[in-house]
Amino acid sequence: MPYIPHTETEIEEMLKSAGADSIEELLTCLPAALRVEGRLKLPEGLTEQALKETLAGLAAKNRGSSEQSVFLGAGAYAHYIPSAVDHIISRSEFFTAYTPYQPELSQGTLQAVFEYQSFVARLTGMDVANASLYDGASAVAEAVLMAGRITKRPGVLVSRALHPEYREVTETYLNATPEDIHEIPYCPDSGTTFVDAIETALGESIGSVVIQNPNFFGSIEELARIATVVHANGSLLIVVVNEPVSLGILKSPGEAGADIVVGENQSFGNALNYGGPYLGFMACREKFLRQMPGRLVGETVDTEGRRAFCLTFATREQHIRRERATSNICTNHGLTALAASVHMALLGPSGLVELAELNLSKAAYLRDKLNEIEGVSVAFNSPVFNEFVLFTDAEPDAVLKALGKRGIVGGLSLSRFYPELHGHLLVTATEVNSKADMDAFAVALSSIVEAEAATAGE
Amino acid sequence: MKKVGTTGLQMNEPVIFERSVKGRKGVSPIEHDVPKANVSELIPARFLRSETVETNGAALPEVSELEVVRHYTRLSQWNFGVDSGFYPLGSCTMKYNPKVNEDIARLDGFTSIHPYLDTDSTQGALQLMYELEEYLAEITGMDGVTLQPSAGAHGELCGLMMIAKCLKARGETRTKVLIPDTAHGTNPASSQLAGFKVVKIASGTDGCITLESIEEAMDSDVAALMLTNPNTLGLFEHDIVEIAKIVHSRGGFVFCDGANMNALMGLVRLGDLGVDVVQLNLHKTFSTPHGGGGPGSGPVGVKAELAPYLPVPRIKKDKEEYTFEYDCPDTIGRLKAFYGNFAIMVRAYSYIRRCGPEGLRRVSEIAILNANYIKERLKATFELPHDDKPCMHEAVFSDATLKEFGVSTMDVAKRLIDYGIHPPTVYFPLVVGGAIMIEPTETESKAELDGFIEAMEAIAAEAKNAPELLHNAPTTTRVSRVDETRAAREPRLVWQP
Repeated sequence: MPYIPHTETEIEEMLKSAGADSIEELLTCLPAALRVEGRLKLPEGLTEQALKETLAGLAAKNRGSSEQSVFLGAGAYAHYIPSAVDHIISRSEFFTAYTPYQPELSQGTLQAVFEYQSFVARLTGMDVANASLYDGASAVAEAVLMAGRITKRPGVLVSRALHPEYREVTETYLNATPEDIHEIPYCPDSGTTFVDAIETALGESIGSVVIQNPNFFGSIEELARIATVVHANGSLLIVVVNEPVSLGILKSPGEAGADIVVGENQSFGNALNYGGPYLGFMACREKFLRQMPGRLVGETVDTEGRRAFCLTFATREQHIRRERATSNICTNHGLTALAASVHMALLGPSGLVELAELNLSKAAYLRDKLNEIEGVSVAFNSPVFNEFVLFTDAEPDAVLKALGKRGIVGGLSLSRFYPELHGHLLVTATEVNSKADMDAFAVALSSIVEAEAATAGE
Repeated sequence: MKKVGTTGLQMNEPVIFERSVKGRKGVSPIEHDVPKANVSELIPARFLRSETVETNGAALPEVSELEVVRHYTRLSQWNFGVDSGFYPLGSCTMKYNPKVNEDIARLDGFTSIHPYLDTDSTQGALQLMYELEEYLAEITGMDGVTLQPSAGAHGELCGLMMIAKCLKARGETRTKVLIPDTAHGTNPASSQLAGFKVVKIASGTDGCITLESIEEAMDSDVAALMLTNPNTLGLFEHDIVEIAKIVHSRGGFVFCDGANMNALMGLVRLGDLGVDVVQLNLHKTFSTPHGGGGPGSGPVGVKAELAPYLPVPRIKKDKEEYTFEYDCPDTIGRLKAFYGNFAIMVRAYSYIRRCGPEGLRRVSEIAILNANYIKERLKATFELPHDDKPCMHEAVFSDATLKEFGVSTMDVAKRLIDYGIHPPTVYFPLVVGGAIMIEPTETESKAELDGFIEAMEAIAAEAKNAPELLHNAPTTTRVSRVDETRAAREPRLVWQP
């Protein structure tokens, strides 16, 4: 049997020590009448070689970025991952360990988490950050619950330009608690959250306001102005960042006035992997630390006074506080956070700025190129980072399908999440999209839209 | 006794910011094949970082690629994983993580697929997820499975939310969840998050839930009993079938925390025992790596009555085509963006396909044999509070026999490190004083178990003859005992220059 080292002789010896004649004798506490009859209905076991072939067959049924030219983002970004990242996270001292409950033999994990917390705090302009959460969406839900505990106000205002799946997750989490969610519309011209609507909706019951930046449409929000409005009401501003590469050039949410910053750190060091595992991050002002969910690593000393690290503020957590914990989270996303750390360390400050500028340049190039096409226009007039919304007169599903036939995944049709945005596509460009691919996209889109217009005109 | 733990050359390594040299770069410069955008023309100044690169708040360390590699390689050498040695951390199932699974998870056809690709482009991924759901349903005896939750606690929340929604549909308001005193801390925390009040159930003298306690507590305000089976004492809840009948007859659900599923595969199915909801941990039972604290994956299986409430999207098979189903009017909604921790599912699927039905059954049988072997051999040395019958996949000892020497469970744990062994789970479950919870898993050989048993015996002798060895342990690690009180009193959670 795979992965079981025992010889028959050893099993005999062990049974003897355990005072049993057979393994079956050790199973007498199981209800005899309800034992599995025969075998589970599962496919026969495979040799390692056959397993690899079978799984390679499944992988070959997918067509990823190496087989198509993909312009999708929307919360999951294709970035170039330096080779060193996977080599480091493949060190089995990291990936075969668990939560560092015993600090003396987990200093590697602990120091790496401490550094990760420092990177995230610096990137977001906040005082402290936790060890990671599951993903950007659940991090938003946790932040809203946290803000409710801090402000003791049950209401939350959520921008309609927040990732629709993040909004859904927040609703799912809050369904069980008395919090009320109110949606704030976006401006149809700019694609940014309608600040006046926030002002109108704010009231004594509103604990927090959730704004994504750049938002789901790629548009850059007026964070500082929103922060002023939110704080005037005594509420907390939760800023969501799901493309953290943007922080290489954009003002940090902390500097713009955020109280809690959460988001998705997949962009650093983690492949698309069909949506997971990614890693949620959370950073906040120090005064809110005791309401923060998730693991925290702190610096301390050992008995000899040497620098050491350990898990800290555990009294917030479920294994100590049980039903009075700040969250139920236990296992978080340590290894994907390590990948993010290694990527950030490899980039360094100037590398991060260069990467951000490159993404900006790519998206600007593609946006201009596509905007030139007859029957295609950029939908919103706000500045963007690496994604933007296009409007086409042609039927978007037909356009995407025709592009697909040419090996181009041209973006995300927004009507799926925003019925009012029929005909709108969310298009993303990062450093992995070459100029040649972008030019080919523009040529293809031009001819497809032209053909669609001709058909429609008939 | 030959100690595995010894000293070795370990490098000092500062916090990475302390290696930083102004102007040094890691990855090679990034080339532009498009005109370089003028940032300030595209984005108004009020949105841009006001700081210069040198002084800005985003200041990451400036280090070379080799320095980064060396830094993390040295950190890794201060760590201990399953590949380093025996790691009997109870309730965490620290089994071997097969290398082939890592290779498979890194196939380009799995890593490079964007979650919003058209399903035409992801048929292989969907087939894998669909079949994994079927396998997990078969292993647990459930009717429907979701792969969406990211970890065990996330799965608990998912299951409890489904129960809440189903009760609402029945027109009932039930506010309480019954949880035994042996439960993981996540159980009450998840119940609270799902909007329930927690009622603690005391275990019986044999470590299991009694029929009487459920008879008494199970009223019309109880939504569910949330138990763990085998429980955290490593004991099979022998009355589970009768307990489930009581809970069901009074309108409640039975939720099983599946953290200890490694004991049951191919032997009994929780669904056949009356369990309505179970959450699994792919990073425990199904061999996916623990990653230094995740990412895991926490699928949830449910009986038919609860299936309409599973999170969206569901995976649908129509003839030979796989698609997502979003139109599920009764669903609890969504617990994460996209579909779950796919790369973890790939590893778990690979494990199930490699083992097959006989292999999985053997996994559980040998996990039980290993635990009983340790239990029987160590019970002469350490107090075993619950010894009426064989244990399942783990055994829990106490520190009762050590107290007279002024030695605690923590001292034993720290001394084990010097012997080259990761300590078991300690001080949990809470019902055993100074608990030492040992889960060997099936992938450890007799020789490894013998080494552990001898180390525990040697430590018990040291406790009597030379307790200072335990008080001062560990001595072979990079740091000695860590001042956790200071970490909380003088918080330093980020690096400061």
